Amino acid sequence: MAAPVADSRSWFPALALGVSLLKCLFISCYHSTDFEVHRNWLAITHSLPVSRWYYENTSEWTLDYPPLFAWFEFGLSHVAQHFDRNMLLVENLNYASPSTVLFQRLSVVFTDLVFIYAAKECCRCVQEQKSSRDVLNRPSFVLAVLLLWNFGLLIVDHIHFQYNGFLFGFLLLSVAKHLQSQHLQGALLFSVLLNLKHIYLYVAPAYGIYLLRSYCFTQDNKDGSVRWRSFSPLRLLALGSIVTSTCALSFGPFIVMGQLPQVVSRLFPFKRGLCHAYWAPNIWALYNVLDKSLATLGVRLKLLEEAELPKASMTGGLVQEFQHSVLPSVSPSVTLVCTLLSILPAVASIWWRPCGARGFLRCLLLCALGSFMFGWHVHEKAVLIAILPLSILAVESREDAGIFLVLSTTGHYSLFPLLFTPAELPIKVVLMLLFTIYSVTALRKLHRGQGSLLHPLEVVYLLGLIAVAITCEIVFPLSPWQQKLPFLPLLATSVYCSVGVCYSFLRLYISLLRREEKPKQP
Amino acid sequence: MTYTGNVNRFQNCLNEQVFIVYFSSKSSFLPVKVMQTWSLVSICVLLGVVVRWGVSLNSYSGAGKPPMFGDYEAQRHWQEVTYNLPLQEWYFNTTDNDLNYWGLDYPPLTAYHSWICAYIAKTINPEWVELHRSRGYESPAHKLFMRATVLVADLLIYIPAVVLYCLYLTDGSPKKKVSTLFCFLLYPGLILIDYGHFQYNGVSQGFALWGVLALGLGWDVSGSMAFSLALNYKQMELYHALPFFCYLLGKCVKLGLMGRGLFLLVRIAVTVLVTFALCWLPFLSDLNQALQVVRRIFPVARGLFEDKVANTWCSLNLLIKIRSILPSQSQLYLSFACTLLAVLPSSIRLLTKPTFWQFKLALVNSSLAFFLFSYQVHEKSILLAALPVCLLLNDLPLMVIWFLQASSFSMLPLFLKDGLLVPYVVTSLAFLFFSIYLLSALEHSSEEELRLGAYHKLLFCLPKMDLACIVRWKFYISVAAMAGLSIASVVLVPPPHLPDLFPVLVSTTACLHFLGTFIYFNIVQFSGPPSRKSQKKNN
Repeated sequence: MAAPVADSRSWFPALALGVSLLKCLFISCYHSTDFEVHRNWLAITHSLPVSRWYYENTSEWTLDYPPLFAWFEFGLSHVAQHFDRNMLLVENLNYASPSTVLFQRLSVVFTDLVFIYAAKECCRCVQEQKSSRDVLNRPSFVLAVLLLWNFGLLIVDHIHFQYNGFLFGFLLLSVAKHLQSQHLQGALLFSVLLNLKHIYLYVAPAYGIYLLRSYCFTQDNKDGSVRWRSFSPLRLLALGSIVTSTCALSFGPFIVMGQLPQVVSRLFPFKRGLCHAYWAPNIWALYNVLDKSLATLGVRLKLLEEAELPKASMTGGLVQEFQHSVLPSVSPSVTLVCTLLSILPAVASIWWRPCGARGFLRCLLLCALGSFMFGWHVHEKAVLIAILPLSILAVESREDAGIFLVLSTTGHYSLFPLLFTPAELPIKVVLMLLFTIYSVTALRKLHRGQGSLLHPLEVVYLLGLIAVAITCEIVFPLSPWQQKLPFLPLLATSVYCSVGVCYSFLRLYISLLRREEKPKQP
Repeated sequence: MTYTGNVNRFQNCLNEQVFIVYFSSKSSFLPVKVMQTWSLVSICVLLGVVVRWGVSLNSYSGAGKPPMFGDYEAQRHWQEVTYNLPLQEWYFNTTDNDLNYWGLDYPPLTAYHSWICAYIAKTINPEWVELHRSRGYESPAHKLFMRATVLVADLLIYIPAVVLYCLYLTDGSPKKKVSTLFCFLLYPGLILIDYGHFQYNGVSQGFALWGVLALGLGWDVSGSMAFSLALNYKQMELYHALPFFCYLLGKCVKLGLMGRGLFLLVRIAVTVLVTFALCWLPFLSDLNQALQVVRRIFPVARGLFEDKVANTWCSLNLLIKIRSILPSQSQLYLSFACTLLAVLPSSIRLLTKPTFWQFKLALVNSSLAFFLFSYQVHEKSILLAALPVCLLLNDLPLMVIWFLQASSFSMLPLFLKDGLLVPYVVTSLAFLFFSIYLLSALEHSSEEELRLGAYHKLLFCLPKMDLACIVRWKFYISVAAMAGLSIASVVLVPPPHLPDLFPVLVSTTACLHFLGTFIYFNIVQFSGPPSRKSQKKNN
């Protein structure tokens, strides 16, 4: 690992301050129902005893994050009461006074400090190939921009409204700790993260196997296979105690009160549909489209009776289960099996051929992407779990940079439907352009002299996004189809993007397996 | 810098580009460099746009405040008037055009602009410009439309001019140019007035900037045309007129009034006359029409100053109540005399030494003199001084940043009235931090770089002291004072017998800053031209 560059570190605070100020400009932007969700949680945790937190259902937005996040909201609510006491009343549904908005927005900006710190730690871990005199051309600088100015985080957290920056801060910090070989700290941070938001369970297999293989077994055989004798029970005990104590701290009170089944039922609501109201760009989006087109084709060719087909509007905006008409319907257990199968090779590979912390990072990415591709009721925002850690790899190798460009562009574009109000249209377009232009030029310059980053076909595919964007955002709303087929732009967006996400998933897999053949990577 | 000097510089820039492009075919390193510069430029522009749009999501002047509303309603009303009434009635008080309710009082180009906007508004939603019935019309969709018209005008006129100015007429490495561009685009005063308060200053300032740009590149005729357009958009551009006039005249004299100079002079004069004639064409058929427009544009009956403006008269008002001592006619003469006295030195200097450097400084000095001493000044007019000051961002970073900060601060009472506190704080902090950081203003503040050599000569009797250090400390203290006053105006409640305490304090503080800057820029203009050596060192 290269020594951290000592000189001119001042660019990092400048970048962080710049983006924080930009976030403050978005205070009066549109915010989604998630704003009310978090306001409601503030109210619940502030005004009700702990025993009622997971039973309260005055609002439809019940508390469905793990207990540590509830405690986090509890802490926030003590600051909130100095802004506006009325936001802390459970009955005050859809309360959004100016000071409530100010407080909630500022709370996201300030809790992002965790993310900024994590980004700084990540920048310390990247390898500086040669000490470039030009600051703009240093891997650490590029990484800092890619993380801090990430388009997805900006619009999801600061316009749409969520606390992802804070949570990703924990994830990246724990990754950084692993890269710095401080495995216990990394494990602690990850178990805290799991107790803040359980969606990160998707990447838990990577953590589990990596820590078991590379931390609990202290030595390898000459051929790289595991040396069973070198198992260190002490290390396993340390890891186990960290994980159990965090979970005990978080879930303990509820176990004592005998509320565990209730908490779990809130955390894992399987009553929802295969796809979110707006399809995340994954395999199931393609599957749905295939089903639809087969059904239409069947009706046209008189192979199917239209009356027999189950009626279901798949993107009607409701979160509900529906049946496929031609292809077999998908149940939660099927998606679970698919997800497990998709991440199995990745996990197996870090067991058989551990490639250090970077191999772990690659495996973590594949877990995140695999569950995004095959998971049940996946949100489009979940693609950020893959994009952010991939930034670290992108500044270090040319091949990963290419994958990053495809994945980040398609993944970010698929977030466009989150902001559908015309006033925010310029912001999302401009921010997206900013991030894409920067990532393309900076990564190109970083990996110059090693061939082009993108295959011409990939370039054509990415440029096609512009056409999709113009059609969906400008042409379509003015056309007569707007009334008849209002969901068509969403469908087009998610299908087009899912091709790119699938492609990057496969590319990442190939890169992992290739690396396995020649495990000696510097 | 002479005429040929400027052209050479421009050609050098072009050559540099050509050179880089030429070599790009041979190695893979250089095109990346060009691409990087252009990507940095586009990133700066996009950041500028996103900040502008972010500010525009906030409230505007007079939002939900009947019966008069504010500048937003004025602009909408002009659209209504120009769309529905025949051109002959635009500037006249008729049954359909009540001049007391935001009557049109800008020159014809503004009226035409409103007319074009009105056509677009009509196709989107006819209610927006319906005669009489649309008064005080407010809706989120309409706000979006109005904000979009400002952004479009900015993207077409102001921003390209800024980009070209920074790329071709500032010294230094590409990175330095891009930094200057970023700070220029981020100047909070203009953003907050145009996108918060609501006005179209970007248009007139953009035309003026195109004029400066053309003059800097040696295209005097197109420059004078662009500036004529600026004058025809907003009469306040007269603040800049004297330097344009003196620079062009001085240049003609230098070229020889008997030969090429005369030819140039005639060409410029014809261009200006033709531009004016074209803009005023519909009003020239009837002398009465033209006179009425002029009367509307220059309302002398409105008094020496209104509200709390950070100029000399308003600040002096604390000590001497001029408005009650002098009759309004003598007030007019007094302010005219003072303004003339204040602009005279810099104009004469420019006339005798028509270089681009002198021209930029004269623009600053003239617009500041007009702001400080002329009749009927609005607090927003400080933007007219801010534009030429921005042109010097690269040359005198510390003083320029200081002035620009003070200028946005001077409009604080206005921003508070419009509910723009958050964007004011955010953009001011961003501008202050990034301009000091990117232009390394605090490091580049030696006596030589501040061009204060002449100051020593002026006050030779004083003991030697480290001026640079004093200036830096003054800067810190003044920023602290501005921050303190901003916080106080927001948080504290003024005592009941002094309801205007904070606006007066703000305007007086700002006025002191402007007076100081005025003196400073005059000193700089009368000291020697920038030595190339110190320029090189800065880079």
